[in-house]
Parts: sequence; C-alpha cells; structure tokens
Amino acid sequence: MSVSVDRDQAFLSAVCRIADEYAAPNATAVDREARFPAETIEALRAEQALSAFVPPALGGGGVAFETIAAACFELGRRCGASAMVFAMHQIQVISIVRHLEDSPWFEEYLQTLAREQRLIASATSEVGTGGDMGRSVAAVTNGEGGACTFEKQAPTVSYGAHADDLFVTLRRAPDAEPSDQVIVLARKEQLELEPKGTWDPLGMRGTCSPGYVVRATILPEQVLPTPFPRVSAESMVPVSHILWSHLWLGIATDAFDRARAFVRAAAKQKPGETPPTALRLSHLMSELSLLRAEVHSALGEFIEASEEPGRERLSTMAMALRFNNLKIAASEQAPRVCQGALGVCGIMGFKNDTPFSVGRHLRDTMSACLMVANERIHQTNASLLLIAKDV
Amino acid sequence: MTEEIRQIIADHGRLSVDATSLAPDTDLYLAGMTSHASVNVMLALEDHFDVEFPDSMLKRSVFESIAAIEAALGQLHADSPVS
Repeated sequence: MSVSVDRDQAFLSAVCRIADEYAAPNATAVDREARFPAETIEALRAEQALSAFVPPALGGGGVAFETIAAACFELGRRCGASAMVFAMHQIQVISIVRHLEDSPWFEEYLQTLAREQRLIASATSEVGTGGDMGRSVAAVTNGEGGACTFEKQAPTVSYGAHADDLFVTLRRAPDAEPSDQVIVLARKEQLELEPKGTWDPLGMRGTCSPGYVVRATILPEQVLPTPFPRVSAESMVPVSHILWSHLWLGIATDAFDRARAFVRAAAKQKPGETPPTALRLSHLMSELSLLRAEVHSALGEFIEASEEPGRERLSTMAMALRFNNLKIAASEQAPRVCQGALGVCGIMGFKNDTPFSVGRHLRDTMSACLMVANERIHQTNASLLLIAKDV
Repeated sequence: MTEEIRQIIADHGRLSVDATSLAPDTDLYLAGMTSHASVNVMLALEDHFDVEFPDSMLKRSVFESIAAIEAALGQLHADSPVS
C-alpha cells in the first residue's frame, strides 16, 4: 500500500514540476503558434510518464487512475493543450490495459511503449457518421499474406503528426454492421497519414488536430480482443470524460487563481477597503466549486464501479447517463468560470500579455462542448431516459 | 414467449436481417440493432409483458439475444399476457 502511495506521489510531484518548468513557460507560444507542446511531452517522456498507467509487470509505473486524473488537472492549470495531449494518450493506454485480455501482441506492445515512451494518438471520429462514435464506415479488410488493411477518413486526429502510434476504430470486416466495431493499434511504420485541411482553431491550438486520410497495413493480432462497444462503455467513454473534465477543471482553476491574484493586487493598493471585484470573485468561487464537486464525484463513482467484479455496473444505462452528464456539465461550466474570471479581471484579463490574462483559458475551454458534441450526447441521453429508472 | 419476443424485435429492433430467421443466441447488436432501437425494444417488452426492468438489468448483455431477453424476463417472473 505505502509503496504504491509513494510511487503515485512521486509521479504527481514530477508532473507538477514539468507543468511549472515546461508547460507554463511555453503555453503562450504553443497557443500563439498553434504548435505541438514538444518540450512538455519530452519532459514527460523523460519521467516515464507516458507509461505511468502500464502495470509494473509490463515495465510501467503502475500508477493509480485517480493519480493520472490529478496529473491531467495539474497540467491543465499550466497549459490546456499539453494536458489534452497527455490525457488523450492516457485514454488509449488505459483502454488497452483494461481490455488486453492477455493478448501477447498487446502485452509486448505495452512493454515497448514503456521502454520507448511511445505516444499514442487516436482516430475515433469519422466522416459520414454524424459524430456518432458508435458507428464506423471504414472496415478491417483482409490483405495479402495474412495482413489486414484499412483506409479511414478522419476529420480530426489530435497530434497525429507527432504521435508514434494510432488507435483507430473500424468495422470488424467489410460486411459488418456499422456498430460492429473493433479497435486497432497501428504503429507509425505501418501508417500513412495524408493531411486533409489546416489547423487554425479558436482554442486548444497546441493539440494540432487537422484531418487525415489514414491508411495502414497491420497484423490481425493488432485488433484489440475486446469488442469496441464494451471497451467504450467500460473504459473509453467514462475515462475520456473524467480525464477531460479534470483538465478543464485545471484550466478553470488557473483562471480563478488569476482573478484572485488580480483582486489581491487591488486590495493591496487600497488597504482597509474590500475591492468591488472581491464580491464577483466570491460568486466565481461558488461556480468553480460546483465544477470541482461534479468532477470529483464522477471520479469516485467510476473507481467504485471499476473495482466491482466484472465491472458489470459500468455497462448499465444509468452509468452511461452518469458520465455523459459529467461531460455536459463540466464542458459548460468550465468556460463559464473562465468568463467569470474575465469579468473580475476586466481589461487586464482581456489583454493577452498581463499576469491576469485569461483569454487562452476561455478559448481552450470553449472546445470542451465540441469534443463529442454536447447535442449528440443529449440525443443519446434523451433516448436512454425513456427507459432508465433511477438516475 | 420466444415468438412474442421475436415479434417485438421485428417491430422495434430495426435489424438489417429478417427477425424470423434469428437463432435464439444471434447477437442482435451485431445484426444491426442500434442502442436507440434497443431502447424501443425494451419499452415494448416492458409494455407487452407488464414488467419494469430495474437499472441493474438495463445493459447491453441483457438484451443482446432472444435467449438473453427470455432469461431476463424469466428473472422478473413475466408471464405472457392472457389475451
């Protein structure tokens, strides 16, 4: 017990140091130039952070899920894009670790990932599915000599050009239904990424997420044994929503901290008087605490359900609604907190070059409602609510 | 009961195959039932057999085949309607 607590604390301290020494000083340039946060990711590699969740038996850090979530929060406080790259990589790793079912290929892959600190990107969205991750167009197709091939039109692949490997959802076979999906892990040397379009967005600019046509030739063993619908319900969706919301909370927390620093500076100028902005800060604090409470309670519920035998409860509609609600609530509340911080800091927050600037925070969190569009999630919830009982 | 379940699936499951050809253990989701269609199947089953599936039963594995649905209804002691 204490060994793992020490290990988790050491990991989190290292991530906090990297957030301060690499993510924070580069955040403005990463945002302005819409460039990959290479310094931060390299520093995370040097600390073996990319294999933090991989079990020690496979050469990883064996760090607990809640510590990975805390790391996303800490990186988010310093650079939203760095945190998002880290979070998305961890989502792929966690999905593999929880569903590899003793597959020798995936066990060896995780060992290689730990040794080489390989970075995994994902291509789960697809042109022609209307934003529904539960359906695919592209299919795993048998090729020559026992190999498989696929070609997928991916509208966004975050840090695709900077990743070592790619996690791709596909139909199981050319004659499979759109919902009969599997996940494939393709390695860089097997991949061809043909860029489609540019990347000059409002926020989360450092994630470098243009579209690609993805082509690959892989081995049949590179299909994850567990079918995608189960991976999705038990791991990928809840883990995504929890890690994303932790980093959104991190961004919102930094915006709040900047607003508080602004109010303190004003208070020091006129000792004995409470600045008018202090009242707005108090309102903002209650908005931030709502966000924090939702994020932390969802994390607790996920960990509890994950520890049950067979993780049966994670497959229920009630749990799907639970983690969908987290996504919707956190993605709406985080930009609200950032906008509130802007209201406190005024022109000093609006300008991009003051210690109280919160423009990047606001723009970065505005991406939250688009990452799996909230309206699409509401559609799913609306259907589930017809039958779910105790929500 | 099997035939009544089959009819409900035919009416609400929106499968890409003919429901009369389904084996008891055919995976309905792999046969094209979407999660939205599965909700309509569940609603029709509740209505037809006058039962309520508790939240713990509202998951993919319980509704993935005719046999699984029949087992679930059995657990709820559902009887076929008299009429």
